[in-house]
Amino acid sequence: MVGFATVTLIAVVSLWLYALRRRPRQWSQEQARRVHNRWIIGGGLVLPVTSITLLLAFGIPIGHRMLPLPLADSEVVRIDVTARQWWWDVSYPDSGIRLRDELHIPAGTPVDLHLTSDDVIHSFWVPRLGGKLDMLPGRTNVLRLQADEPGLYHGQCAEFCGIGHAHMKFTVRAHAPSEYAAWLEGATGDE
Amino acid sequence: MSEQQDNAQLHAQFDRVWGNLPGIGALAAVNHTSVGLRFIVTGLFFFLVGGLLAMLLRTQLALPEQSIIGADLYSQLFTMHGTLMMFLFAIPILEGVAMYLVPKMIGARDLAFPRLGAMGYFCYLFGGLIILSSLLLNIAPDSGWFMYTPLSSSTFSPGPGSDFWLLGITFVEISSMTGAIELIVSILRTRANGMSLRQMPLFCWYILAMALMIVFGFPPLILASILLELERAAGMVFFEVAGGGDPLLWQHLFWLFGHPEVYIIFLPAAGIVSTLIPVFARRPIVGYRWIVLAVIVMGFISFGLWVHHMFTVGIPQLAQAFFSMASMLVAIPTTIQVFAWLATLWTGRVVWNLPMLWILGFLIIFVAGGLTGVMLALVPFNWQVHDTHFVVAHLHYVLVGGMLFPLIAGLYYWLPHVSGRMPSNVLGAWAFWLVFIGFNVTFLLMHLTGLLGMPRRVYTYEAGLGWDWLNLLSTIGGFIMAIGIAMFLLDIGMHFRFGRRAPRNPWAADTLEWAVAMPVTTYNFISLPTIRSRHPLWDNPQLPDEIERGEHSLATIHHGLRETWGSDAVSGRLRERVHLPSNSWIPLQAGLALTVVCLGLLLKSYWLALAAVLVSTVIMLRWSWHNGGHPRAAPLRADDPCDPPLHSRTLDGPGRWGMLLTLMANGSLYASLLFGWFYLWTAAPQWQAPEQGPLDVPLLLASGLGLSLAVALYHWLNRQLQRGSTSQLAGGLWLVALLGVVHVLLLVWVLLLAELSPTGSAYDAVLTVMLCYLLFHGALAALLSAMQAVRVQRGYVSVRLPYEPQVLQPFWSYTLGVFWLGFAAFILLPMAW
Repeated sequence: MVGFATVTLIAVVSLWLYALRRRPRQWSQEQARRVHNRWIIGGGLVLPVTSITLLLAFGIPIGHRMLPLPLADSEVVRIDVTARQWWWDVSYPDSGIRLRDELHIPAGTPVDLHLTSDDVIHSFWVPRLGGKLDMLPGRTNVLRLQADEPGLYHGQCAEFCGIGHAHMKFTVRAHAPSEYAAWLEGATGDE
Repeated sequence: MSEQQDNAQLHAQFDRVWGNLPGIGALAAVNHTSVGLRFIVTGLFFFLVGGLLAMLLRTQLALPEQSIIGADLYSQLFTMHGTLMMFLFAIPILEGVAMYLVPKMIGARDLAFPRLGAMGYFCYLFGGLIILSSLLLNIAPDSGWFMYTPLSSSTFSPGPGSDFWLLGITFVEISSMTGAIELIVSILRTRANGMSLRQMPLFCWYILAMALMIVFGFPPLILASILLELERAAGMVFFEVAGGGDPLLWQHLFWLFGHPEVYIIFLPAAGIVSTLIPVFARRPIVGYRWIVLAVIVMGFISFGLWVHHMFTVGIPQLAQAFFSMASMLVAIPTTIQVFAWLATLWTGRVVWNLPMLWILGFLIIFVAGGLTGVMLALVPFNWQVHDTHFVVAHLHYVLVGGMLFPLIAGLYYWLPHVSGRMPSNVLGAWAFWLVFIGFNVTFLLMHLTGLLGMPRRVYTYEAGLGWDWLNLLSTIGGFIMAIGIAMFLLDIGMHFRFGRRAPRNPWAADTLEWAVAMPVTTYNFISLPTIRSRHPLWDNPQLPDEIERGEHSLATIHHGLRETWGSDAVSGRLRERVHLPSNSWIPLQAGLALTVVCLGLLLKSYWLALAAVLVSTVIMLRWSWHNGGHPRAAPLRADDPCDPPLHSRTLDGPGRWGMLLTLMANGSLYASLLFGWFYLWTAAPQWQAPEQGPLDVPLLLASGLGLSLAVALYHWLNRQLQRGSTSQLAGGLWLVALLGVVHVLLLVWVLLLAELSPTGSAYDAVLTVMLCYLLFHGALAALLSAMQAVRVQRGYVSVRLPYEPQVLQPFWSYTLGVFWLGFAAFILLPMAW
């Protein structure tokens, strides 16, 4: 996408520069009209319509796959996250675990995050795991994430939420499935 | 010899009638050249302040973990930067340019409503200063220029910052609205004789589209600001979840305005490009009709894609796909324009010049910004980079590239018009390269910063995330750009002193604004030519001299009146002599009174605000009193011209068009209110509506009956007037006013009986606003009808002066329409549900 955009940019600008420098011959009315139509219809209609069609043909299915649709085969882990000025209240409804500013998830399994806010609008974002989703008071949005590899991922609030916004961060620790079970047990035991 | 003397005498006479008052009297100036220049200079001032704030922001971000500016101040600074640039720089300066140029391009002597333009300027200036003062007092708004609630609500922003924004911006928007209405009416109704729409300069098409977009696009924000201010100040519920409101309603209303806003800013700038390119390519623009079509299509599409600012709030997939596609569709009309410009250059013989350099800069930056825009319209990509520095980079590419560069090109191009001197090529080119390089260093890199995950609106960041060197370079680039801007200003300053004298029409342009004397006079043209071509100055290079010698029409002064032609909206055929008001203090008085209203609301001294509202009303009634047949305007005289007649002797002058456009804007506000009602009803998480509606329906019906009778009677009286019978006019108008009063009193009674609790539930709050809206319209219509009755008795309205009742008639029809529509939406529909 970026490559295509760059090529388009360079092409359009070069054409302009060339048009600025060239010394055209005298055009007859008819010739000029043909040149003009070629530019306007070719450049102004065909080019954007084709590009947009291609983009959407790729983009909409990708977006569709990222939605939290019911999965046929595997179990989805559910985690509730409530944002507050300026921290993240994380709870696991199945096991009753509550955490602050950190999430633990199994790697390789889809996780559904049920996001809401207690005060102003925040936005949940872990750049390396996927897109962001806003957290609104009075509503619950569901974001599906999946960490393919175990590891530590950094997340932050992506919607301006007041003076603490810059420091409203959290971490996501993705465990290998067996470790996750152990962690779950340990954390439940602590309660 | 004597012919020359005559001509000099004529010019002296025109100067007396059209000139501004000397000294402090300049504040009473209403002519479009003065007002337009004031807008431009003030706009540049706010641009500098906004730029200064940007430099502070970049300084703080230059290195990681700096604490030069704290989180609190940083929030104020970025909020004010966006607010100043969008509301106090971009729109007013472009409207100023349009106000300055449009009458000259269409061969008119002034805009249609000079006093309105002057008042708009004062609202802009005072409103802008009020907003700016908050920064000096360290209580500036700090919830972002988008003011998302609940962050901007009284709970989470208890200080006065949000109030400054809501009240100040609404106040400033008065000027955008008045400017837009006056530009539309001028373009449609005061073009030179014979200038049909197809012969209108492209710039005017762009301005027409921009102004229409303002008329429909600003009211949603004005409504949203009023509602949020009511929530903050009076505790009424609109956006708070608990009482049945919804914070998303704010986002919908805000972006319903906010996205068209981007095109409102882009269109006039593109109009500048479309004006300059053919001049420097030495050939007519290619695809005039394609461009006009593209501009119109763009205007429509831009109202259908506000949701793309909200892709991450969790809206349904189908809606996302729709808005994603709509957002990309906007690329088509944009590309058509880019290629029409390209084709013009392709077949033209290009003359290289300073303004063209800035145009080239525009092209590169804007096309890049457009391409990242298409990427952002792709939903999955948007989820990733939304609210990161990628978006910051994108929007600056589009706005700086799409607006600032063409604006500066235009300023250089039209500078000789104001100063009578030519711009220098050396300093201007230096300024260009500094701004161009500085801009790209700052923002090209910022795309990468965003892709690396740096969110927007953070006042600091940790070291070692890969953002450090990018931010440092962005800051350095920002300062290079600032130096470039300083050089541009220096160039302009030097220009007025040292610039070489410009000949008339120095760029060999084709449009009529170059037919005026340089520097320009207050009346533009001493005689008004008939125009039958898109390129009057290319077809007839002698035209300026002919105009100057008074060889064309309307080269006399009739009883000291300022006059210009009024023409048919489509064909441009001559229809009437429009007489325009002269210098007046009323705009300043009105502006000051409205400032007191704004301050009163800010300081929460509501009695002061109420008193100021009354004073403003009196001032504005006095303003409308001095119209038409009033001795201060154009009283009936034995030698009244009749071919064409004065507009106040007809049934359809510019004022009626102004009324219709105002009602369209008003209708957009009303539609936004209905949208809010239906939105909350269907989407608010905790919406509650009582089983039994709280309003007394029979009483409401009685009130509506009074209103309907008043409107029917008014229409009947008006028909009689048009037929030449005024025997019952005065008495009839009094009766209309009385019926209006009955309608209003019954409505007040309904409101009191209902015992609504707008602070407890959103249902009651919306209902209260709706009733107040209806009350306001009923009361105003009754008041204005009573005033018309007095004017009939004074002889300012009569068979020969039938104009004013025609202007008021649409207002009555509108009042009737909104009443019954409201009745249907709030009473009938819930019953049927």
